[in-house]
Amino acid sequence: MTESTTAGRWSERLLGANGWLLYLFLYVPIFVLIVFSFNDNQRVAVWTEFSFRWYGEMLDNDAVLRALRNTLIVAAVATTISTILGTVAALSMERYRFRGQRSADGLLYLPIIIPDVTMAVMMLLFFAQAINIASHVVRLNFGLGTISLAHIAFNIAYVAVVVRARLALMEPQLEEAAADLYASKWQAFRRVTLPLIMPGVAGGALLALTLSLDDVVVTSFVSGPGSTTLPVYVFGLVRRGVTPLINAVSVVMLVASIVLVGISLGLQRRSGKTSPLIE
Amino acid sequence: MAVLAVLAMAVAACNPADTVDETQPPTGDGTTAETTSAETTSAETTSAETTPAETTPTEASCAVDAVDGDLNFANWSEYIDPELITAFEEEYGVDVVESFYESNEAMLAQLQAGVVYDMIVPSDYMVGIMIEEGLLMELQKEAIPNLVNLADRFQAPPYDPTLGYSAAYQYGTTGLGVNLDVVGADAEASWALVFDPELASRYSGQISMLADPRETMGAALMYLGYSINDTDLAHLEEATALLQEARVNIATFDSDQYDEALVSGEMAISHGYSGNMIVGIDGADNPDQFAYLVPQEGATLWTDNMVVPTVSEHPCTAHTFINYLLDAENGGTLTNWNWYGSPNAASEEFIDPAVTDFYAGTLDSDELEVIEDTGDYEINFTDYFAQARS
Amino acid sequence: MATEVATVELEERAKRAESRRGVLIGAPAFLYLILFFALPLLIVLVYSFASRSSTGATILGNWNLNSWIRVFDSQVAQIAWRSLWLASLTTVFCLVFGYPFAYWIATRSDRARGVLLILVMIPFWSNFLVRTYAIRFLMGVEGPVSIVSQALGGEPIRILFTNTAILIGMVYGYIPFMILPLYAALERMDWRLVEAARDLYAPGWTAFKKVTFPLSMPGVVAGSVLVFIPSLGAYVIPAILGGSNTVLLGDYIVSQFLSARNWPFGSALSTAVMIVMLAATIFYFRRGGRTL
Repeated sequence: MTESTTAGRWSERLLGANGWLLYLFLYVPIFVLIVFSFNDNQRVAVWTEFSFRWYGEMLDNDAVLRALRNTLIVAAVATTISTILGTVAALSMERYRFRGQRSADGLLYLPIIIPDVTMAVMMLLFFAQAINIASHVVRLNFGLGTISLAHIAFNIAYVAVVVRARLALMEPQLEEAAADLYASKWQAFRRVTLPLIMPGVAGGALLALTLSLDDVVVTSFVSGPGSTTLPVYVFGLVRRGVTPLINAVSVVMLVASIVLVGISLGLQRRSGKTSPLIE
Repeated sequence: MAVLAVLAMAVAACNPADTVDETQPPTGDGTTAETTSAETTSAETTSAETTPAETTPTEASCAVDAVDGDLNFANWSEYIDPELITAFEEEYGVDVVESFYESNEAMLAQLQAGVVYDMIVPSDYMVGIMIEEGLLMELQKEAIPNLVNLADRFQAPPYDPTLGYSAAYQYGTTGLGVNLDVVGADAEASWALVFDPELASRYSGQISMLADPRETMGAALMYLGYSINDTDLAHLEEATALLQEARVNIATFDSDQYDEALVSGEMAISHGYSGNMIVGIDGADNPDQFAYLVPQEGATLWTDNMVVPTVSEHPCTAHTFINYLLDAENGGTLTNWNWYGSPNAASEEFIDPAVTDFYAGTLDSDELEVIEDTGDYEINFTDYFAQARS
Repeated sequence: MATEVATVELEERAKRAESRRGVLIGAPAFLYLILFFALPLLIVLVYSFASRSSTGATILGNWNLNSWIRVFDSQVAQIAWRSLWLASLTTVFCLVFGYPFAYWIATRSDRARGVLLILVMIPFWSNFLVRTYAIRFLMGVEGPVSIVSQALGGEPIRILFTNTAILIGMVYGYIPFMILPLYAALERMDWRLVEAARDLYAPGWTAFKKVTFPLSMPGVVAGSVLVFIPSLGAYVIPAILGGSNTVLLGDYIVSQFLSARNWPFGSALSTAVMIVMLAATIFYFRRGGRTL
């Protein structure tokens, strides 16, 4: 891609400015969040003095740590499965024509359309009935399993939308070319299609992860003993007054995410591959 | 599609409440932890063991200090001292599995759907609802001798007059946190600060009210001289009109940040719960600048309560835990940790003076009302509150 | 003759095989959604015809249309209209700021692109509530922005609890939903087409308007849908930043399930919203030239 394909010099500058301003916009609240995690006061917005108090308390606070653990487990499981399922759904919708496709399309958009609380209520009722029916055979319970199942349900839809946007722009000719070269369907998929849609898949996965990490209403309705997740815990704190403890937890999560991402990018660079977010 | 619809109807038609009985596990945990307490008799322990096997145990038969398995405890976030839990686990040899919820209604929905907990901590009005819905187990008072520690006011609360289903956990009031520099050191403890057009206009844009329909509509009702549980639609319409007029001066309806807003100077008058006010004011640069007023026309006294759901699988452990928390010294530890009002009269000597001073005289006050569920009428509060805000 | 017929037959068989493969490929996802979404959804539909007991429990009997009649109440229309307006504004602003941003990222070097995109997502891996409180703090009359503007000789800012505050908060919360699909689309852009337009002496802006933007349409459509629909039901951000001064649709529905404990009405309302939104999405897609 050469210079002449993008707009002129000054629009290039404008774009850059817009970019950096947007980053500023996104990160200033995060900066505030980080600063106040070092606040000695019980109340977040009233600055007393600098201290590591809340980080210490976080390590001591079993409930918060367990909630964090639960959140990470659910997020990992839900993101992985929903990314796979969302991608196959997208492939199926964009590359093929079959009867009932209109209904499938509607089905893929409903989880995005449905209000959170409605989904929470219906999943609660559904799981309650399912557990009841299954109790004749096996004893199930609400918990991380039900939470994951619910998260996957709405995440599939979001992943599918992102991947479909990507697929819509790909010419099928590349895959046809692969077929002409006697590649099997699976080979064509693995070596042609998948790399080409990777940015869409990765984008969808990022979205699913974000949604899972922040979900409150659905999770609070379908969780069970010992399976409280971090966002639900934080919302419960609101009643008592949020302390900088949660700022400290957020900072830890941010740092952990950045480290993880940094490691994975570094590893990929070393192995010669470029990021999955580009072709 | 039609098949699915029929299937769904069948599935939905099974009333979850009925099926609770069927999900009773065939046996309880089987093991009964030996307790160090000398009061346990082996005969009573074995009867506790067989209780879960019987159908629909609405009443538990437990001995004092008996335990029948691990405790499945659902509570509000950061509401109990973790050390109390650890101490309980060690003393009775059981595990406490904690879960946290963020609204009474979510907990109600879960109970109605049959999710299993051994002990939960709902608010007063919710206890009334749960009793009526048949979701709570009758407490066996012999297993909770420390019930006598509760202050008189909590021995026969309006939502549970016989104290058959609940035991008070912590309490508080709802009132107005004020910035004395703005409203003056001699400000009257009255709802007029919010609803009197002339008075409130002095603090226009600096008033914050709770986003809770019962509390805020209740404040208007009480200012007008009615009860917070008033069920006359005409009165409610009056209150709605009053609130709509007062909106000119009200900056926000906020149930989260009202104490921070007060202490940071954003608001001069904040409607809020005492539990947060005491902590917020204490953390201010200059605590003497702020005061928490309980309006003389009437204010809410709210209580969170310990209850045992009927679906509980380890009711005896639950009873023992309730008894444990009602102990004088433990009650003190609890309050010193969360700084709410303690309903435990016997704990007073163990409680931080800052807290006892804050709540001094509260329980003797005649003007405090407890919010009660008004049955069919209840829905009007939400609707009219929505109307007042639109 | 016979061979022609045979060829047609073969073609049709191939088509059906293709179609079957399509179904098979998507089957795991569709089956999952049918079991864990469509089926529960039917429960909601059933509940919308149920009635409410005096304590707020749902009675699965006494079937009626009361909840549905109430959906057409004027108060509901007012609330819905307000939410629609907010969602539209949010989508427009997200597009206005998100598109150049996605374009910018998509046109960076290989190595930078991945990092830049992830940098967009990282703020959203902090806790939502704390993040929103931080935004509220920034907007406060006594907040840092206000202090800075006063130090510069200006006025304290009075944004908090206004509609502007809500919009800023909404754009903040939903812009990644716009950026991700847009990036996925723009990254795939065949820049040679743009180069060809420039070779044909099209000025930069025309090249953009006639080549780039139309080609990125799937991304625009996807991003708009992913922003508009959820922001229609948003209520936490408006509550915290807007002061709960007005009732929005999301809040109204939540209150039916929680504080009002009127599940039949909540179900009817949700179903009505879903039907309308689904219809609107279908219409939007048909206009955008994609299939639905």
